[in-house]
Formats: sequence, C-alpha cells, structure tokens
Amino acid sequence: MKILIRSLLLTTLALLFLPSNAQNIDPAIVQENGECFICHGHEKYYYYNDWLEIDIKERMNPYYIIDSTKFYQSNHKTFRCIDCHSMDYTEFPHDRQLRMEPMYECMDCHGWDDTWAQYNFEKIDEEYQKSVHNTKHTEEFSCWMCHDPHSYKLNARSNLSITEVISYDNEICLSCHADRDKYQLISSKTNPNILYTHDWLPNQEAHFRHVRCVECHTEVQDTILVAHNILPKEKAVRNCVECHSDNSLLMASLYRYEVAERRNKLGFLNGAILSEAYVIGANSNPLLKKLSIAIFVLVLLAIGVHAFLRFRK
Amino acid sequence: MATVYHYPVWVRIWHAINAILFLVLIVTGISMHYANQQFNLIGFNTAVSLHNVSGIILSANYIIFLVYNRFTTNGNHYRITTSGLLSANIRQFNYYIKGIFKGEKPPYPVNHSRKFNPLQTISYVVVMYFLMFLIIISGWALIFPEVVFVKQLFGTSGIHLTAVLHFVVGYLLSIFLVVHVYLCIIPKPFGSSFRAMLSGWHTSEQG
Repeated sequence: MKILIRSLLLTTLALLFLPSNAQNIDPAIVQENGECFICHGHEKYYYYNDWLEIDIKERMNPYYIIDSTKFYQSNHKTFRCIDCHSMDYTEFPHDRQLRMEPMYECMDCHGWDDTWAQYNFEKIDEEYQKSVHNTKHTEEFSCWMCHDPHSYKLNARSNLSITEVISYDNEICLSCHADRDKYQLISSKTNPNILYTHDWLPNQEAHFRHVRCVECHTEVQDTILVAHNILPKEKAVRNCVECHSDNSLLMASLYRYEVAERRNKLGFLNGAILSEAYVIGANSNPLLKKLSIAIFVLVLLAIGVHAFLRFRK
Repeated sequence: MATVYHYPVWVRIWHAINAILFLVLIVTGISMHYANQQFNLIGFNTAVSLHNVSGIILSANYIIFLVYNRFTTNGNHYRITTSGLLSANIRQFNYYIKGIFKGEKPPYPVNHSRKFNPLQTISYVVVMYFLMFLIIISGWALIFPEVVFVKQLFGTSGIHLTAVLHFVVGYLLSIFLVVHVYLCIIPKPFGSSFRAMLSGWHTSEQG
C-alpha cells in the first residue's frame, strides 16, 4: 500500500512539475510515461518484496536512468515508452527475457518515408554504411551509439547559435571518444587521448570550440547537413588551407547551411563564419579582397609614374 | 654638400630589425590571408608561426623605440607643431607632385635641427604612435583571443573585428612601407638615405 501511495504521489508531483516542453504533450502520454519515470527517472527506485514482505529501496542502474526533462525536449517527446519498448515492460519486475528484445533503429521509422524526406535519412544511412563506424564495428554499432533516442534533438536546424551547435555535435563524438567505458563497449583498445592525437593542431582550444569533429573526419556531402561517412584517421583533414582559404571546407556543410539562413541578414558570403568566429584566410570578403589588391596596384602605378616623370631626363 | 649625424647606433639597429620584421610579417600575412589550395606562398603552419614570432619581436622592438624616443633627442623629431602645419604640408606636397619634376630644391631639407620634412613628421607620428600601436595590440589579441573583451558587436564577433582591424592596419602599413622606400630614393645624391641608415651620417646636397 505504501508503495502505491508513494507511486501516486510521485506521479502527481511529476505532473505538477513537468518540464515546460512536456506541457504541450498529450497528458495521457505524459501520465503513462510517468509510470516508467517513477523508477527510470531517478537514481533510486522502490518496490515491494513479496517474499520478504517489505518495501525495498534500490539503486537504479545509471545507464537506465532517463532524464525526463531532456526527453520532453527531444525529437521523440511525443512518444510513449512502449511505442519503442515492449508492452511487457509495464509489468514489474520486468521479465528477464525482455532485455533480449531487438531495438528499433532510425531507418525502421524514418527510412523511405516522405514525411522525413527533407532529412535525407536514406543518404545518411548510405554514408553511414561506408563509414568506419560501420565497417570496423558492424553489428554492435548502431545509430544509438551517437544519437540517444531519449534526448536527441534537431540541432543545426534549430535557433541555437553556431557555437552551441558545434558544442552539441562534438559532445556526441566525445561521449565515446573521451569516455573509456563507452568506447570499450565496442573496442578492446585503449581510448586514445583526443588532446594528444590532436597535439599537432595549432590553437587547439579555438579549433575544438569552433569546428565540429565531423568537419575534418568525414567526407562532406552536399545533400546532407551532417556528413556521416566517418573516414579512417589517415584520411582526416590535416592540410590547414583546406579550411583556411577562400574556398574553405567549412563552407561545405554546417557553415553553408548557416550562411544560407543568414545571407539575407549579413549580405555576403561567409557571413555565418563572420558572425561568431574568425577563420584566417576564410573570412575575407571577396569584394574587399579585390579592392585591396586594386588599391595596392594603383599605389605601385602612381609610384611608377612619379619615378618615370622624375627620372625621364 | 652637408653631412649630419642623424642616426645613432640604436636607431640603425632598431630600423634594421624593424625592416626585416616588416617584410617577414607582410609576406607571412599575405600568405595566410590570401591562402587557398592552389596558392600557398608559405606553408600555412610555417606562416602562422613565423608571423607570431615576428610579431612578438616587433612588439619588443617597438617598446625599445618608445623608450629611446622618450629619453633621447630623437623624440624631438616626432613632435608636431601646429603653427603653420597646414601650409608647410601643402608646400611639401606641392614639391612632391610638381616642384620635384622641375628640379626645384626641397622646401624642407635635412639639416642639423631637421630630420624629417613636415609630411614625413606627420606620417611617421601616425605610423609609429598610432598604426604600430593598433597592429601590435590587435596582434596580441589574436594570439590570445580570450583577452578580446568585446565578444559581439553589431552581430559580429569581437575576434573578427579585431582581425579586420589587424588586417586593415597591416594593409596601411604595407602601403606606407612601399611609399617610404620610394621616397628614400628621392633625396640627392642618389642612395644617400640608404647609406645614412647604415653609417648614421646623412649627406645632403642642400642644407
């Protein structure tokens, strides 16, 4: 009985203090999901042990804790837990066989569906199939390794500033590449230290803040916003002028999208980079560049004419 | 012919260092700013390192210049007197664009008390006390971008504005350098200005 009262109380409190994003969601779904969040939304959970006839307070496996705030801000916020997970999870204790259930992957819902055509999932999948994440890890690697379905949200297309987008995207890479435990879920190797492997990079901090990992580690594709063909490390960009030039590589993906969005506001090419960062060689205004050369040539010409007139005798 | 000792050892050493650094900074600056995959004057990494190191040495050299100019008589040549400033500059300007072609004598020749003509005084003061100061400050801000206090201005990052300032001032100084070198071949006898920067003695037909 105490467990029932506690559950009802927690559900009521959860509903009262719902994240603002959840307030637009069907209350029936929120209430239904709340049943799961009673345990999976907290570090501790409670159950009644029938054999011992006592209430038990237990620690939740930290990897099974779902942040309800992040969930109700995510792309999947309108989902019921059992839309993706087995209906049998509504029973407690959960059946041990349930951990064997196959998980949905992105393409199961998003693939070959006109509703999601603008995101070009088919191309993303095609690129992913070629990437080292797939070719080196095959079955054990899934979309979820990078995109947590409980918290993933559209990022580059949002109103976030470009540095926030970069930070969010790089967090995804670092969640494995800077976390030994997660990295070793699919590899027996020791996780290389990112700072050491990038020690050749000048102004390392500035690069990490203003450039997404995928900018150098993927094959850029025009048709998708985030390139998914992660290349072997030997093929990563190391040539500075690939970015530090007027035809900067950075203009091919995220920055190109930002430019398209902001071109009207800023009025000239490379506008997005101008707004939040400075990339030597890539930020120059083509018109001013030509003008600066023209003025310099005129100065040289004026000197030439002056010298000619002076020394003609 | 008059010979005047206008360039003590420190001025000559400072000037030589400045000249070398200017050239390195301009070449590496152009290499970085106009870089692309087809045109890369100097390897990008090398250009960045050379530019930074040269900029740091230039800063130290600039401080030496400020200190010496403050405590030696060389600083007197960098003082602008307002009375007759405009007419003196017009006179000197007319000489450069008209009189020089007619073989007229320079209106303000080098002598014991005068090292620079009025136009030189103004341009050297602007260059040394204004443009050099700006390029050094903006250069240090780009080496340590976290010290750029203005994060955003008119929707543009403070770092970007600093970089634009650095580029514009660098561009003006490059033009100054070209004009400066050209004007040094004007005084007669030919090449006397260059010899003066080696020996310290300025030889002039006039004065």
